[in-house]
Amino acid sequence: MDIQILYKSGLIIVILLLSLVIAMYATLAERKIAGFFQDRLGPNRAGIFGLLQPVADGVKLFFKEEFMPATADKFLYVLGPSLTMLIALLGSAVIPWGNTLVIGNNVFPLQVADVNIGVLYVFAVTSIGVYGIMIGGWSSNNKYALMGAVRAASQMISYELAMGMALIAIVMMSGSLSLHDIVAQQHGIHWNVWYQPIGFFVFVICAFAETNRTPFDLPECDSELIGGYHTEYSSMKLGFYLFSEYINMFISSAMIASLYFGGYNFPFLHELGMSHNWLTIVGTFVLFAKIGFFMFLFMWVRWTLPRFRYDQLMRFGWKVLLPLAIVNIVATGVIYELFKK
Amino acid sequence: MKDKTTPSLETSKKDEKRYSTLNLGPTHPATHGIFQNVLTMDGETILGAEQTIGYIHRAFEKIAERRPYYQITTLTDRMNYCSSPLNNIGWHLAVEKLLGVETNKRIDYMRIIVMELARISDHLICNSVIGVDSGALTGFIYVFEEREKIYEIYEELCGARLTTNLGRVGGFDRDFSPTAIRKIRELMKRLPKILHEFENLLMRNRIFMDRTINVGSISAERALNYSFTGPCLRAAGVDYDVRVNEPYSSYNDFDFIVPIGQNGDTYDRFCVRETEMWESMKLINNALENMPEGKFNAEVPAFYMPPKEEVYSKMEPLISHFKMVMGEIDVPKKEIYHAVEGGNGELGFYVVSDGGRTPYRLHFRRPSFIYYQAYPEMIVGSTISDAILTMSSMNIIAGELDA
Repeated sequence: MDIQILYKSGLIIVILLLSLVIAMYATLAERKIAGFFQDRLGPNRAGIFGLLQPVADGVKLFFKEEFMPATADKFLYVLGPSLTMLIALLGSAVIPWGNTLVIGNNVFPLQVADVNIGVLYVFAVTSIGVYGIMIGGWSSNNKYALMGAVRAASQMISYELAMGMALIAIVMMSGSLSLHDIVAQQHGIHWNVWYQPIGFFVFVICAFAETNRTPFDLPECDSELIGGYHTEYSSMKLGFYLFSEYINMFISSAMIASLYFGGYNFPFLHELGMSHNWLTIVGTFVLFAKIGFFMFLFMWVRWTLPRFRYDQLMRFGWKVLLPLAIVNIVATGVIYELFKK
Repeated sequence: MKDKTTPSLETSKKDEKRYSTLNLGPTHPATHGIFQNVLTMDGETILGAEQTIGYIHRAFEKIAERRPYYQITTLTDRMNYCSSPLNNIGWHLAVEKLLGVETNKRIDYMRIIVMELARISDHLICNSVIGVDSGALTGFIYVFEEREKIYEIYEELCGARLTTNLGRVGGFDRDFSPTAIRKIRELMKRLPKILHEFENLLMRNRIFMDRTINVGSISAERALNYSFTGPCLRAAGVDYDVRVNEPYSSYNDFDFIVPIGQNGDTYDRFCVRETEMWESMKLINNALENMPEGKFNAEVPAFYMPPKEEVYSKMEPLISHFKMVMGEIDVPKKEIYHAVEGGNGELGFYVVSDGGRTPYRLHFRRPSFIYYQAYPEMIVGSTISDAILTMSSMNIIAGELDA
């Protein structure tokens, strides 16, 4: 039993560090990809291919002046970014990063916690995420920040609904709320995306909205609200906000990959004739490849599309996505009843 | 801490609604330049707007009263700095009208090429900034490279890029060099491809159309009452273009379309500008092909610097060089108004001369200034996002607004 506790602690640390490093390099990837889309090079001065750029950015942010608006609420002003960062990091706990590793008699699952309500846990955590943004925007006592915070709150709540509805269809099919089970059921090429195309689209669009990415980046919306909720933030507090956005992107991509694209499953995995442990390792790499693709999708969309207006965003969430998700639930139920074996 | 003004969630005890005041500017990322709007907001909706001007007022009209005519060209550079050559040439044309100078076709055609290049660069920036303000940065970067090419052509023509001081009264200070002509031809080959790409990104983009259609619209009647001109008026459906209605610089030799819109909204302004760019390219190509032979400067020795070799070796050129630089040249007593179709609209120069070396009074008719007067009317009732797109689609340039 001791070895399991040690293993879990180690896994937590590894996943935590991995999220941070991936978020760090996602900032670099974003700038490189933006450069690629915009016919320019992107950062290439710090280190080879600009690989040290995230480090340089981090160092810069740490050494920046800690500026706090005179009329801001000091406690909440600091709480905002801390909460956002904390919540962003919590999400990775239930995601199955791979199958199990079997060493001797011990079975090591590549998942920190296989909670039987894993899906609900992720939802709960992402819902709390909006508090960090709201508190930050509100406490900095700036009208633009407040507007950003209000936008963030209403946007997150609206899109959470449609997202949840899209997920219900998945839960209906799999009969389980545990992410581990949902992933395990999608073995081979039986990915949920083939059975739930509408749900997948709704989920991906909502994931964009949940992570405040273009075309739903209204809470920060640099051309209208200057910086949105983080207008008044500087130094590492700003860094936390920006950083948590990338962590959220990472977690969202992992969720999309796990829920709809079979997680660590890949086609013909049994035909390869590899041992169980090797399959697990390859599966983990496959999962990260899928995550990488979805993170690229996030960036691709960001550098291609303009953003919505606030009322259009609300209309889209409530009048298009939510009905679509509900229709999807009904259709899933009907088809499942008709064709269940 | 009683003096805190943190917004609070508790509703007002009184029944009346409370509105907030929002300062859009003077330093806001979307006010490209420095000007302020004081908005009264109910949440995201704008209930009232009041515009402030004068943040970069540099008293150009007053300065011009103490400057000889050729030195006023540099003031016009700094008005609409997205299309400086247009302002320069507009001013030169005004002075030529005052002096009664006739220019030959070659000068006119050269001017048309430069003016249309400036119009393209102006419209490129304006339209791509609409994209930037609606969140699509990539299109901006695509066309910015082409603007760079246009600036390289300016460099080839006059040595400067932004504040060009291009040309002289009565023509040009030098002929188009072969390099300049090659660069213009290259640009005319590149630009259609890039412009198509840019239009593909935005013009039929559902999100972009939703953001811009019926946003910041103004009726033709209101636009005329405000004396709108240029793309903003044409977007409202009025067929008025100075190049056609009051032809100058041999524009009537050419065949081009004046595009008009229907609703006078942001999308129509965008489309009118796009079409105008295509027409400008047509004009440049035609002018390049049909460019007649001739001198590149008219016979106005008082405003045209003699060649340096002559200045250093002969007396008369030295005297005229001295007189010109010191601005000791009299002009006829006259009152004239001359307008050109600037990047933003009718850019007019109203000159009153009482004979001396400087204008007695000079007024610039600056289209941005006029558009900005209509701005509150156009944004009241819409949201802050619309207000920002409306502003960028009218291409309000602080330098031109405040002069």
